[in-house]
Amino acid sequence: MTGTTIASVGPRTLPPLGPTRKLKVPKQAERTLRNGLTVIAVRRPAVPLVELRLWVPFGRVHLARGAMLSQTMLSGTDSMTSVQIAAELQKVGGGLSAGVDPDRLMLSGAGLVTGLDRMLELLAEVLTSASYPSDEVATERDRLVDRIQVAQSQPAHLAREALLKRVYGRHPYATQTPEPGQIRAVRPAALRTLHAERVHPVGAQLVLVGDVQPEKALDAAERALGGWAGAGRTADLPAIPPLEPGPLLLVDRPGSVQSSLRIALPAVSRTDPDHAPLQLANLIFGGYFSSRWVENIREDKGYTYGPHSGIEHSVAGSVLVAAAEVATEVTGPALLETTYELGRLASLPPKPEELEQARQYALGTLQLGMSTQAGLAALTSAYAGNGLRLDFLAEYAARLAKASIDDVAQAAARYLAPARAAIVVLGDAERVTPGLAALTTVHTEPVS
Amino acid sequence: MTARRSRIPATKYPVERFTLDNGLRVVLTPDRSAPVIGVAVVYDVGIRSEPEGRTGFAHLFEHLMFQGSENLEKLAHFRHVQGAGGTFNGSTHLDYTDYFETLPSNALERALFLEADRMRGPRLTEENLRNQVDVVKEEIRVNVLNRPYGGFPWLTLPPVMFDTFPNAHDGYGSFDDLESATVADAADFFRRYYASGNAVLAVSGDIDVAEATELVNRHFGDVPARPAPERPDFTEPDLTAERRTAYTDALAPLPAVAGAWRVPDPVTDFAGYLPYVVLAEVLTDGDASRLVERLVQRDRTVTSLGGYLGFMGDPFDVRDPTALLLQAHLPPGGDVDKVLRTIDEELDRLASDGLTDGELARTQARMATHLLRDTDAVLGRALRMAVLEQQRGEPGLLNELPRLVGEVTEEQVRAAAATLRPERRAAIEVIAGGVR
Repeated sequence: MTGTTIASVGPRTLPPLGPTRKLKVPKQAERTLRNGLTVIAVRRPAVPLVELRLWVPFGRVHLARGAMLSQTMLSGTDSMTSVQIAAELQKVGGGLSAGVDPDRLMLSGAGLVTGLDRMLELLAEVLTSASYPSDEVATERDRLVDRIQVAQSQPAHLAREALLKRVYGRHPYATQTPEPGQIRAVRPAALRTLHAERVHPVGAQLVLVGDVQPEKALDAAERALGGWAGAGRTADLPAIPPLEPGPLLLVDRPGSVQSSLRIALPAVSRTDPDHAPLQLANLIFGGYFSSRWVENIREDKGYTYGPHSGIEHSVAGSVLVAAAEVATEVTGPALLETTYELGRLASLPPKPEELEQARQYALGTLQLGMSTQAGLAALTSAYAGNGLRLDFLAEYAARLAKASIDDVAQAAARYLAPARAAIVVLGDAERVTPGLAALTTVHTEPVS
Repeated sequence: MTARRSRIPATKYPVERFTLDNGLRVVLTPDRSAPVIGVAVVYDVGIRSEPEGRTGFAHLFEHLMFQGSENLEKLAHFRHVQGAGGTFNGSTHLDYTDYFETLPSNALERALFLEADRMRGPRLTEENLRNQVDVVKEEIRVNVLNRPYGGFPWLTLPPVMFDTFPNAHDGYGSFDDLESATVADAADFFRRYYASGNAVLAVSGDIDVAEATELVNRHFGDVPARPAPERPDFTEPDLTAERRTAYTDALAPLPAVAGAWRVPDPVTDFAGYLPYVVLAEVLTDGDASRLVERLVQRDRTVTSLGGYLGFMGDPFDVRDPTALLLQAHLPPGGDVDKVLRTIDEELDRLASDGLTDGELARTQARMATHLLRDTDAVLGRALRMAVLEQQRGEPGLLNELPRLVGEVTEEQVRAAAATLRPERRAAIEVIAGGVR
């Protein structure tokens, strides 16, 4: 076509942002019941649903028994079968699932808000009279063994296992997945004993978030769960050991077409004064897409699809983990660029615009995380499990807002220096060893 | 125990629709309950439309849309979204490609600027193309080649069920095809499919409708008009005989199987399609569902089971032809034939004996929760409404879905189950080749 002209407007400029909306912590209420259970209810009425999270402290629990307990807790009670429990929850649009990690047993669910009372009743039923029926336990035992086998064929899982061992040494966090043989040895009686000893309300936190009046939700929880009794054992975890740098641990997985690169660095808990500056330093390094690491090894060099770094907070301590799956043939170069970016940030201050961009991202994603019932429930529960409440969000936002370039540079020097790193690579040793050995000392082990 | 039916609640998200002179359709859905917004731009082109010899191209092109545009350098898009406190992504489906951000609401105009700029023209350079071919190859390695069950069943089942290139080819693409893609291919693809008349913009969340309308006009009003291309007919005849294949997955430690049956046209026969969406949940949603109770709990012939509509699990944003899928993982030495036979038996039983008291109502209540939960996030709302506008001209259908799901009758679910005959089924088996 001729004669067509596109209106020439010249280069267009990016419009400025509007005024920032202040972070508003939603309405909430809290009550500790006489049996020791803390209940926190948060109002967010956007959809007629309610989210439920029950955190039961579960440190130092036998690995296989803990895993089996979460797998079978919903398999039946004194008066209901697993199918009945599931069907009764479904009737109110609800569901419950259970999971464990080295810190906690977590029961989570969501349902129509009109079904809150019923969901709480069913939760109480499971907590007070889960029966671990033999048939169901046998079925779930086999299923869990199969699931672990599948996990053990996943490179991400294998790399994670190797990293945990490398970082945590003799600490209970070092092994988080039981072996199939250990699972096969778990009997129903052991589960009943474990339940009686450790699934009790003292120190547990129930979070309810949704289209609820907080005080009324607390009343509902008290009615349903006030009778959950039992004062079993509690157990504290020792603090995690300091991270020991050392040779790169190469885990050989012959035939891998990619290498899984994992780097652990020291970190601090959410309440530490260094936390906000460290979080900003982490973002600048590799904690979001617009980070130096992603721009380097993905957008410039095409070595990888989704590199990412983040701080993992556990009850006994925090650690920063950077992870990337990189093509086998560029494993060495990818590590080189990674340590280069860590070293650069640890030894030179970031540019002001880099810091402002990371700061805006950190503040903005706090708003986004609070804008759904499920997001609020996850956040409230994670905070509560670590002894914090939602009002800490405002404090955290203030710390992010005032961290200076110096603060961030100091945090980077203290925590992100490559000299402090523990590095694990899972991949085809025959192909990647020369590239890695050119950069650092390599210690090779077969895949477990 | 008699079934007490939970009242199915509905949402009442307001919907404003208009079309710009250049053909861009716009959907606004305000909700001021949190200071955040979701912005989605959906183009009516997906995997089914990519040219032969260019498998994976629609997805590769999605990557190129992030590599700079008329007024933006490479990397600028990411920095401007995240520097405003937001997150972004894009994804390629069989029938559409979406681009989206979720941000604090003070970044509305910035998001519109960024999307309009790449709608006017992405920067398609040789360097960016080669870089993103490498990135996409790593994405395929992570998701398919270096892990067990990679691409099962969404990449491995369509070639069993379908015969034509659009429906049967690998949407992630072969490395050969990806490597031979050229900048000229990309420019053609953009001209043809990324027209303003082929796109929908949806904005949800903390917006003022009048202000948002003005901003949309300001930024998208001068995007040059180009009409939507004619969408080819992707129809294929239904199967008349069972199709079954198997392959060895060298990394998989345990067997697996997936089966699928064609279902009515989701757009032109929505009333005929909905019962299948409900049926999939009756069969597989949780411990009280038909197939979980039978295969997992009672027979112990499978260890996990899933059922859903659409190869990408997208019941309300896919066009014809599509399918109801069931997939299962088996224990060591598991018998795939036996699992398929039991599924047939349960479908027969459902078709002839019907549902138990309360079975349908409780499934529908749970489906309502899932639908409401998905739309609680502003971005979920914007994306879903954009596609509903694009494929049906009916974004407000989102508010109706929980109720419509609730109105599906037992008779309809039984009739749907009766059509899932073995002779209409395509199935694929994963043979465990893992050494462990």
